[in-house]
Amino acid sequence: MNRKTLGFVLIALALLILPHLLTQVGTAWVRIANLAILFVFLSLGLNIVVGMAGLLDLGYVAFYAVGAYVWALLASPHFGLHLPFWIILPIGALLACLAGAVLGAPTLRLRGDYLAIVTLGFGEIVRIFMNNLSAPFNITNGPKGITRIDGMQLGEMNFMATDTLFGIPFTGPTKYYYVLLLLLLLIIVVNLRLQNSRIGRAWVAIREDEVAAKAAGINSRNVKLLAFAMGASFGGIAGGMFAAMQGFVSPESFILHESIMILAMVVLGGMGNVWGVIAGALLLSFVPEFLRYTVEPVQKALFGQLLIEPEILRMLLFGIALVLTMRFRPAGLWPESRHKLEAKEAKEASA
Amino acid sequence: MSAASPVLLEARGVGKRFGGVQALKDVSLTIRRQEIYGLIGPNGAGKTTFFNVLTGLYQRDSGDVLFDEQALDLASPYRVAEAGIARTFQNIRLFGSMTALENVMVGRHVRTHAGVIGAILRTGRQRAEEAAIKRRAEELLHYVGIAHRAGDLARHLSYGDQRRLEIARALATEPKLLALDEPAAGMNATETAGLRQLIEGLRADGLTVLLIEHDVKLVMGLCDRVAVLDYGQKIAEDVPAVVQKDPKVIEAYLGGGVGE
Repeated sequence: MNRKTLGFVLIALALLILPHLLTQVGTAWVRIANLAILFVFLSLGLNIVVGMAGLLDLGYVAFYAVGAYVWALLASPHFGLHLPFWIILPIGALLACLAGAVLGAPTLRLRGDYLAIVTLGFGEIVRIFMNNLSAPFNITNGPKGITRIDGMQLGEMNFMATDTLFGIPFTGPTKYYYVLLLLLLLIIVVNLRLQNSRIGRAWVAIREDEVAAKAAGINSRNVKLLAFAMGASFGGIAGGMFAAMQGFVSPESFILHESIMILAMVVLGGMGNVWGVIAGALLLSFVPEFLRYTVEPVQKALFGQLLIEPEILRMLLFGIALVLTMRFRPAGLWPESRHKLEAKEAKEASA
Repeated sequence: MSAASPVLLEARGVGKRFGGVQALKDVSLTIRRQEIYGLIGPNGAGKTTFFNVLTGLYQRDSGDVLFDEQALDLASPYRVAEAGIARTFQNIRLFGSMTALENVMVGRHVRTHAGVIGAILRTGRQRAEEAAIKRRAEELLHYVGIAHRAGDLARHLSYGDQRRLEIARALATEPKLLALDEPAAGMNATETAGLRQLIEGLRADGLTVLLIEHDVKLVMGLCDRVAVLDYGQKIAEDVPAVVQKDPKVIEAYLGGGVGE
């Protein structure tokens, strides 16, 4: 067994036992890990649009919302529907895909700032729709949101309850963790394969120089729509899992702030590089949570009182981290390999 | 080339206006197969505008183009590329942060088919196509003489190599007509000589070349026929020796006589 395979096996093992270790610290941490994985889905989806195709999308959370509401409506007492997950998740992904293409179509001629503003607007429109589609027909239950959403159900296994297997307890969040891990594997493979394909190259070509890409025979309209649709479908899957795990969705979960967070993960990690984006998503998911649990005790121990609210400090540190990244690593923590190559060459040239 | 060789492209009455400026006025010209056809004229004469209309980047106001015995769809650049016209740009436009090889592979896009599903499932057909794309791209890099730079980022290639890379990317679309917009601009004498060799080789391999060029020596030495544009109008079209002596051409380049 060579070192690379060994590394993979070790990482796989670590990922498999992770929830059991986290349970020792607190069940909340397993939930945090699950949310972090959801953000990896979202970041990888947005990475296709922003990182590969270079289309600055500030309304990405809309597709997360579509996926979440699809699950909420098809598996809750709201409409009395209780469809199984293997029907809902594909529907969610497909509808998000469609929404991506529909929202992408009017923006095809826009670039840069203009595209960002329009997509930002679309993101808000979707949220406001969710907020107001309660009359005359109650579809989304308005700002109150949809409650008592079914969790996942795999045969006899209920994801709300704890099961014991070989003497090891498997809590609800732990079970979700394994499902998410499996989905994550799938999504990473899809991303890597797309990146090194005819379509992936066309996306990057459009990002680099749209006029040249067109002249080289790329139908930029179709290729851009494809980027919007593919990116959105990951958001749809993440949304479905989010609804299942939380048991509750409301428009409040899909505000602009979420879109910006996801974008920050992509940019911080390294636009265009799958591994960088994953790292960015995990970092920006875990560090704030970590701060949430440490900021207060640390201040109390140092000053005997709470000087700065944890939430404020969290955002402050977050902002500083982003500014520092942009200053010292403008291509992200783990840039696209093509960029990395360039940085290496630049260093050699200056040496 | 003999006048007998069949017509590949026929532009008829092409016109283009930008606001109050008539950039092209009723331009008609014919390019024959396997010909090296030069398009010259003073700065601002409309050469690049004609190129952009011909390759679908600008929408024409009038006229039409017959290419390979069919009406050419000028609505979008990718359709023009599909029909078999590939171009390069006056100010080189490469995909800077892609490698040289990848740049050429992008050129294969229009002749290949794999979609999202094929890429995700890595079907046998997709993998075979991908391998063929790579092989062809490597061949083309070799053809234009920059195979040793395949793995380098396009933006780090030398100026001459970037020109060659752009030509390789254009060739990857399997064009019948290759349109080069000032390929020798900024090149030194050695690079220009190399370029000339490359273009002659392309013609020998069956390609037709449309060339915009300022380097008069290059145009006169290389082209079979030359058209001259001035203020958006064609003022001459013939073999270089005749065009060179045309009083209208001389006037366009040197300005009207002082005494007039």
